[in-house]
Amino acid sequence: MSIEPSETSPKARLLRTILWGTVILVIAGVAISWALDMYLGNGSKTVRYSGEADIRSEFSLTDHTGQEVTQADYTYRWQLVFFGFTNCPDICPTTLAYMASVVDLLGEDADQVAPIFITVDPERDTVPVMAEYVSVFHPSLIGLTGTEAQVAEASRNFRTWYERTEDDSAPDGYFMAHAGHIYLMQPSGEFEAVYQEGGQPPEALAQEIRKKL
Amino acid sequence: MKITALATVLTLWPFFASADVTISDGWARASILASRPAAAYLTLTSNQSDQLVAITTPIAGNVTIHAVETDNDGISRMVEVDGLDLPSREPVTLAPGSMHLMLMGLSEKLEEGTDLPLILTFASGARMEISVPVLGPGAMRPQEQQP
Repeated sequence: MSIEPSETSPKARLLRTILWGTVILVIAGVAISWALDMYLGNGSKTVRYSGEADIRSEFSLTDHTGQEVTQADYTYRWQLVFFGFTNCPDICPTTLAYMASVVDLLGEDADQVAPIFITVDPERDTVPVMAEYVSVFHPSLIGLTGTEAQVAEASRNFRTWYERTEDDSAPDGYFMAHAGHIYLMQPSGEFEAVYQEGGQPPEALAQEIRKKL
Repeated sequence: MKITALATVLTLWPFFASADVTISDGWARASILASRPAAAYLTLTSNQSDQLVAITTPIAGNVTIHAVETDNDGISRMVEVDGLDLPSREPVTLAPGSMHLMLMGLSEKLEEGTDLPLILTFASGARMEISVPVLGPGAMRPQEQQP
């Protein structure tokens, strides 16, 4: 700021204050409305700012019984979806066991929820491997595999991420790094919420899901 | 005679004590297929600063210590730990979702209800043979813990 010229009249000073005040108010107003728009979204616009809204259950894969399936096969149920791989010694069994507990805790409401495990390692996780693997965790757990391209597409639609990591200490020389999220999807295939094993006890998640059914 | 024995014990005591690692809460998770890696967990407490440098078992080709690193985007990666540092008198816990022993090249499936033998070698030269129970594939913790 420059030094105030001593000859400025009180009237001019008042006018200047009012003008600057107006400019600041306008800037603040624009900033607040922009922030609100970003935060809440605006139904009247076609552009949506929320990244989560883009997560959708859309896939064309093969289930552990060998049936070709799409999201349409599960539309009458809520879906609890986890991406992983069967050569994963810790996170995947831990998360799938957690999902199995949640399904058990849902009791009679469990038939309204489809627990789904999608492999990110279709090269090794073939239909028979998936069949044996999922049956260990829960009779209603659905294992999905497919071609590399089909799995990549499903992962893109869920906005999840995985990557092959070369590691000499791993079986066949590689691991799959992957996100450990559990997605709760609405029967319509739209995104509802995302959780992580360890984020809350299975009882709490079961309770939360039951409230939404 | 008695005094000599006592003196001997007292003299040797530091040597016995020097490599004293307590293992608790050890367990393994039943594996689903013999071709898939299995995981085992335990808690180690050493009474002096030490390092767990190797683990072997007669039923697996190799055993590695893995840590799981999860970044801000929730992406989990397994990282091999060459030697597991054991600070003096500080329990180091391997538990689901974080550190684990990964058993590869299993000669047989880990069956629930059996025991898994493990041989642990430490930087101090200490060597321990332990055996941990194999719990179900959905097990999350050592035993049924009271809430």
